[in-house]
This record gives sequence, structure tokens and C-alpha cells, in this order.
Amino acid sequence: MTRINSAAELEELRQGILSKKDPDKPSIAICAGLSCLGLGNGAVINAFKEEIRKQSLEAKVDVIATGCHGFCEKGPIVVINPEEICYLQVTPEDVPEIVSQTVIGKKVIDRLIYTDPKSGEKAALMSEIPFYKKQMRVLMGNNAKINPKSIDDYLAIGGYSALAKALNEMSPVQVLEEVTKANLRGRGGGGFPAGRKWETTRNAPNETKYVIVNAHEGEPGAFMDRALFQGNPHSVLEGLIIGAYAIGSQQGFIYTRHDTPELRKNVDIALAQAEEYGLLGENILGSGFSFKVEVHFDVGIFVSGESSALMRSIEGKAPEPKPKYIRTSVHGIWDRPSNLNNVETWANVPQIIGKGSEWYNSIGTEKSKGTKLISLSGHVCNSTVVEVPMGTSLKEIVYDFGGGIPNGKKLKAIHFGGPMGGTIPESLIDNPLDFDVLSKLGASMGAGDMLMMDEGTCLVEVARFFLDFLSGESCGKCVPCREGIRQMLNILTNMTKGKGKAGDIELMEELAEVIGAAALCSLGRSVQNPLLSMLKYFRDEFEAHIEKRCPAHSCKALIALEGV
Amino acid sequence: MDNDAIEQILNKYQGQSRQLIRVMMEIQEENHWLPREVMMKISEKLEVPFSRVLRIATYYKTFSLTPKGRHEIHVCTGTACHIRGAQSVLETVQDLTGIKPGETDAEHKFSLETVNCQGCCTCGPMLKVDEKTHSRISSNEIADALKKYD
Amino acid sequence: MSEIKLQIDGKEVTAREGMTVLEAAQQAGISIPTLCHHKQLDPYGGCRFCTVEAEVRGWTNYVAACLYPVAKDLIVRTRSEKVDRIRKMILELLLAHAPDAFELQDLAKEYGANKDRFEKDPSFCVHCGLCVRYCAEVKKKNAIVFVDKGKTREISFIPEISAKECWNCKECFPLCPTEALQAAFVLVKAFTFPSPSLESTPAE
Repeated sequence: MTRINSAAELEELRQGILSKKDPDKPSIAICAGLSCLGLGNGAVINAFKEEIRKQSLEAKVDVIATGCHGFCEKGPIVVINPEEICYLQVTPEDVPEIVSQTVIGKKVIDRLIYTDPKSGEKAALMSEIPFYKKQMRVLMGNNAKINPKSIDDYLAIGGYSALAKALNEMSPVQVLEEVTKANLRGRGGGGFPAGRKWETTRNAPNETKYVIVNAHEGEPGAFMDRALFQGNPHSVLEGLIIGAYAIGSQQGFIYTRHDTPELRKNVDIALAQAEEYGLLGENILGSGFSFKVEVHFDVGIFVSGESSALMRSIEGKAPEPKPKYIRTSVHGIWDRPSNLNNVETWANVPQIIGKGSEWYNSIGTEKSKGTKLISLSGHVCNSTVVEVPMGTSLKEIVYDFGGGIPNGKKLKAIHFGGPMGGTIPESLIDNPLDFDVLSKLGASMGAGDMLMMDEGTCLVEVARFFLDFLSGESCGKCVPCREGIRQMLNILTNMTKGKGKAGDIELMEELAEVIGAAALCSLGRSVQNPLLSMLKYFRDEFEAHIEKRCPAHSCKALIALEGV
Repeated sequence: MDNDAIEQILNKYQGQSRQLIRVMMEIQEENHWLPREVMMKISEKLEVPFSRVLRIATYYKTFSLTPKGRHEIHVCTGTACHIRGAQSVLETVQDLTGIKPGETDAEHKFSLETVNCQGCCTCGPMLKVDEKTHSRISSNEIADALKKYD
Repeated sequence: MSEIKLQIDGKEVTAREGMTVLEAAQQAGISIPTLCHHKQLDPYGGCRFCTVEAEVRGWTNYVAACLYPVAKDLIVRTRSEKVDRIRKMILELLLAHAPDAFELQDLAKEYGANKDRFEKDPSFCVHCGLCVRYCAEVKKKNAIVFVDKGKTREISFIPEISAKECWNCKECFPLCPTEALQAAFVLVKAFTFPSPSLESTPAE
């Protein structure tokens, strides 16, 4: 791979790649996202490779393990190109037939294509399947088309043209202004305006500044960042380089999970290839701007998703958070200005620079612009990753994309944002996906994970579960968080065991007040959020437990007491 | 214990104190646990106080200060898996293996640990034995799944 | 160092840039109670007992006075109904672990804290961190550290280091408000290293 020394050379290379691509050449794109791999896609990938080899078709047919396509529930998923015929729930036994019938014979295998569960209507092409058709896949749309291990594939779809535009035609301040005008808000949970954060770091008094990709994704039930990053690592990297240019940073960090081998591999390969092409390193595209990236791992800890704790761990220390009022944009890694953004936030940047802030502002609501990746899980027919414009109604997300609730049960509540988020009842489902609307309802969007809970779910038990999780993950330094969680967990555990007593709810509310005000960091100050939202909408369920009843008929100890 | 592999990792990051967590992670992945003398070597080679190495080794559940079994069982206890019945999966595994999360059995065959959300919620409830994922598993399928390992 | 004017409990206070609210208050003769603070050590912010109200441009935040930097026109209130509720709760949470700790008794009376509010869990250590911080910052030995996190976090002597250092030191002992430290030392000594007066090498 020869180094690219200018924007013009980049375009030349891109045209060269495109001219060598045969649009009619068949390829088999197999989803190698986390869920599909968990459902046995490894064997499917091997079966395809073996079958192509057996039929001596290696030169004529490409077999690509791609990133997550999003329709996880129906995995393992295989897409045959160029027709984009989409096969669902593929097994290794289906492979020889797919190769002979579809790849060679160009015929569709009926039993493997999508069938609408209500109407029975079939859809052979990916673009016709309602699940994909109704989404706005600005960020995820390329996952099924490119090989994440190939930078040339990314270049072929226009990759790094936004970077070239930024370095060649815009000053750092202009880039920053464009991102600010786009009203891009952080996708990691804070919803904080990215442009403002960048500006704070840019203006902070220190020559050395850092930019960080938070790919930690510790929120249970959130898997959209991994889907995006593993499937299209360059889209995030390009955003990071553009951001570094705008902020004035020469050193970036990627903070990601250690337990996802494919993600690690794809990130390492992406960085190596970008370096080879000179898109990372000294004098990028001849602009005079230099930038390099280092990878760090979370190694299985939740609290290191908090930005100041994350930065401590990059320094090689145990990830203990710092007080919230110490702004890491000014005092971050080694006390230097550090701008941290989520994977999805960074991936939005090349889109904004490439297509303009006006385009970006045309999507979404008044205060929440752009699209959002949502991961659906729990008691839902389709556990999937979807990308929809902000403002989409929650009802549409749960029923049109999620397919509703399985086993004939009814939806009881939706939980957003994991252990630091909030729950809303089904009655509020006609609300839009919007940062501020959800915040006001007491259920901050968080990273965009939506957990559906059916009528058989006991919310007292779920509240207990979240606190149990946090009791092990809290760093333990400050009294309100460490001891407050301990006592709230005690009370809730007793409630689920029939040992609840009058005054328990009021005591938990008192604890919540103290923790919310006095805990050291933003994690500590949010631990009571799920419980408070549940008390707001489902207080009677908690009161019932004190009366030794579990309305959802879930708590074993209480069922025994009832004699039911 | 492959001393050469460990030496290689230590030499690669010699003197780079900020790579401490990464080094410990690579050694844990290579060796499946962190013996005391290895932690002392890490302290020396990376030039960090031994107390910091120890602090980090205990701070992270992923790091083990005792030898693990030949097969590591991980049960996902993320929220989606939890409401889909991860607790009863965990209890079944505990009954079958005789160990609780964080423990290793006397024959060093199995080690059990609960893990945070693995990001494949459609597969829940699930457990992983070494690299193999057992998706959408029900309690009565677990015994058969575990029989395959010796 | 420039001067900063702020208000504490209605009184105008002049502080230097870089001071914390606690330092500014102490200089002005205003008392703010603390538990984990020690003049020889860096401020820690773990007990949160020194929580005060800090009003900036009309917004009131609850911050730890020992860490929060003074700022121009900051309005600080060291007592209020909510601050008192916070301190009362902190005491009750700690008393569940160390109900008879000497330093907590007077404060419990002052804030009306009830030592029986929460179920007792006699682990004694209140995680003030004084022992750990003293050994790290003053003695620079790190013979005792915090291990683990969350509900299983605890202090732990490192046998390899304490076998050499602690016998002739023990300077951290008087700092412990609950004597959990002394108990921890007795245990680690019993299990890992004999007295240097017995001429044998420390246990491995």
C-alpha cells in the first residue's frame, strides 16, 4: 500500500479502486456481528469458504465476514450480492444449496427469505424487508456492504473524503463551527452538545490535548456501539481524526472492550491500514496535521465507562472517578485537556462534514438532531439494532421494529439507559425518541438501549437487580454511593423476600436524596435513577411487596406466602 | 505456565507504566491467572509500585490471583439475560458443577464467573464455555452442554 | 496568587486562588466538620461529611468543601436543612459498621443520627483511607492499600512490604477512627510474618 500524500492522490486512489471493482461480481456477505456469531455464524462462514473452495470459485466469488447487519433476532444472516438477496437463520446445511441455487443459479430460496409474521408477505431483497426499509441507516447502512478488514472497501464508498475536505478546504475552527451548527449531541448517555465540548477542549490552556473514543459500552443491553465499530471501524476513526484536527490534538485514544475478539482485530487492522496509507501519522494528506492513536482496554469494568475513571485507567491507574465538577475537557488525562466522545458521536462527524450541518439539522426534532442507534432487548420479539431519526415514536420502535412482545404477553414498561437510567410505563409509549422529552419523563435515553419488560416482570426485582449490579461495580470510595447502594439493596432484597416493612419506601427516598446530592461522581449520583422512576410510575407495586404481595407473581418467596 | 510468552509481553511494554492494565490483560489471557511472582515482575519491568499492580489485580474481576480450571464458564447476567432467566441458568450451573461464581472446582476442571452484558442479547439467556457460546439455553440443556468438556 | 472574594455563611471571606472552600473557611474561623480529612494529607473527598451548599450564578450544588476550589462570588452555606440531612445520613450509614467509634459519637448527637437506623454490619472499617493515604503520601511505602471495589472493597496490608516496614513504624495506627486497622494488622501478622525478634525469614 503506498502512502497517500494529498487529497488529490486520495481521489486518484479511490477512482482506481472503483475502476477495479466489478459491480456484477457475486459476493456472499455473512454477518459476523456479536449476535450472529453467538448463533453459530462461525460455522456458516467456514461452510461458505469450504463450499466456494470445493467448487473452485475463489476467483469468481468473494466471501466476506461483515459487521452487524442489525436484524440480530433472525441471525445468522447472509446477503448475496449484487442482488442483495437476504437469507435469514442460515445454517451450515443450507450453504451448498445457497451457493448452487442463488450464487450460481441466481434463484431465490423461498424458505430462507423474510416472511412477515402477520401478513405472510415475503421479501427477498434486503431493501424490501420492512425492518430495513423503515430505518434511516445513515451510520449502519454500509455494514452489510463492506469488509470491515478492508480500508479499500471503505474508500470505495466514499470514505475519508470528509477528512480530505476538512484538512484541505476548512480550518480547524470552521470544522468546529460546522459540528456546532449541526447540533450534534453526545450519543453515550450525556446528550451534551459535542461542539461545545470540543470548544472547551480547544480553548483550554495547554499545548497538548487528547481525543478519546469511548467504545466501552458497559451499559447492559447496549450493543449498538459494538455493532457499528466492529462493522465500520473507519467511520469512527475518520470522525476521530477530523475532531482531533478541529480541537488541535495530536494524540488519540480508543478505549474499548477486551472481550470481543473480532472487534479488537478489526480495530487493530483499521489502524494499521490507515497508518500505511498515511491517514494516521505525520503530515496527513500533506496538510501538516499529524495524529496518532493508541488502544486501551476496559477489561470488564463498568465504572471505567465514566469519563474521568476512563482517563485514569488510560494513565495506567485503577479507574476511580473524579468529582463531576472537574471538567475533563480541561483537566483530563495527565491533567491535560481531553475530549471524550462516544463511538456513535464520532461516526456522525464525517457525515456532518461531508453532507453539511443543514442536512443534519433536517433530521430529527427541534433539539435532538440526526439519527440514533437503538438496541432492543428483553421481552421483545426482535432483539436488534435499529437506526431511526430522532423523534421516531417509541411505539413504532417497539412494535414495527421490535415486532412487539412475545408469548402473547403485554408490554408493561420500557427501561432506558441501564443501571443509571429510568423506566416508563407502557402508557407513555406514544412519546418520541428525544433527549429532552425522555429526560423530563425521568428516563434518560442513555446510550440508546431499550429494555422491554412484560407483565410478568416484577419491577421491585429489577430495581434490586440494578442495585446488585452497581454494588459490585461502584468504585467504593465515597460513603453515599458505597453505603447508600448497600442499604437500598438490603431493603429491596428484603422486599422481594417478604420481609419488607412500613417506612421502607420513604427510607429509600431519603437515601436517594443523599446519594443524588452528595456522591462524588456522576455514576454515584445516578444510581438511584431507576428506582426513583419506578417509584414515580409503579409505586403501588412496591407498596404491595410491603404487604407481602407480588402483583407480577414473580417473587418466589411472596408467591409461597400468598399460597398461590 | 509459558514463561517465554510472559517475558515477551513484558519486554514489549518495558518501562511503559501507562500500559499496565494492558500488560496484565495480555498475561491474564495467556496464562489464565496472575501468580504473585509474575505480578512482581510486572512491577519491575513496567516501573510501577507493586502496590498498584496488586490494587489493579483485585479491582478487576477479570484478573484472577488463583489458578483457573481447564474450562472457564461465563454466565451473562446482563439485564436482558436476567429477565429472560439468567438466574436459573446460573443456579443450574452451580448445582451441576458444585461451584459458585469466582470459584474453581477441586479437580480444576471448571471455573465459574458471571460476566457483564456480552452484547448479543438475542442469544439470552446464554453461557460461554471457553470460546463457545451456548445461546438461548434452557436449564435442562445445560447438563448435556457441560458433559462435552473434560 | 490573586485574591478571591466569596461568601461563607453570610460572611465575606477573602481567599487565595487555589484554596479549597474548607481552607478558606478554616482561615476565616468558620468550622466545617470532616471525617476523612487530615492536615498532613491531600484532601480525599471520600466521607462527604464536609458537604456544603455552593451557589454559583443562582445554581446550588452540593460539593465536598475539602476539594471544591474557591471561586469569585461563590456563596457557601455550611449548614442548611438538606446539608444536615446529608450529614445525619452519612453518620447513620457509618454507625451501622462502627456503632461505638469514638469520633462519631458527638457528631451523632449533634446531627440527631440514630445508630440503629440501619441493620448492623460490624466490619468496622469506614473507608476513611487515612491509613492508606498516610503510608502512601507521608511514608511513601504503600504497605497498606485498598483492594477490590464496591461492597467488597477493603484495606489490606501487603505482606511483602509490611513484613519489612510496619514493625518499626505503626505511625498510621493512631489515625484509625475505629481500630479496624489494628485488627487488620494483627491478622496479617499472624498469617504471613512472624516478629523480627524470632530469627526466621518472613513466610512466603
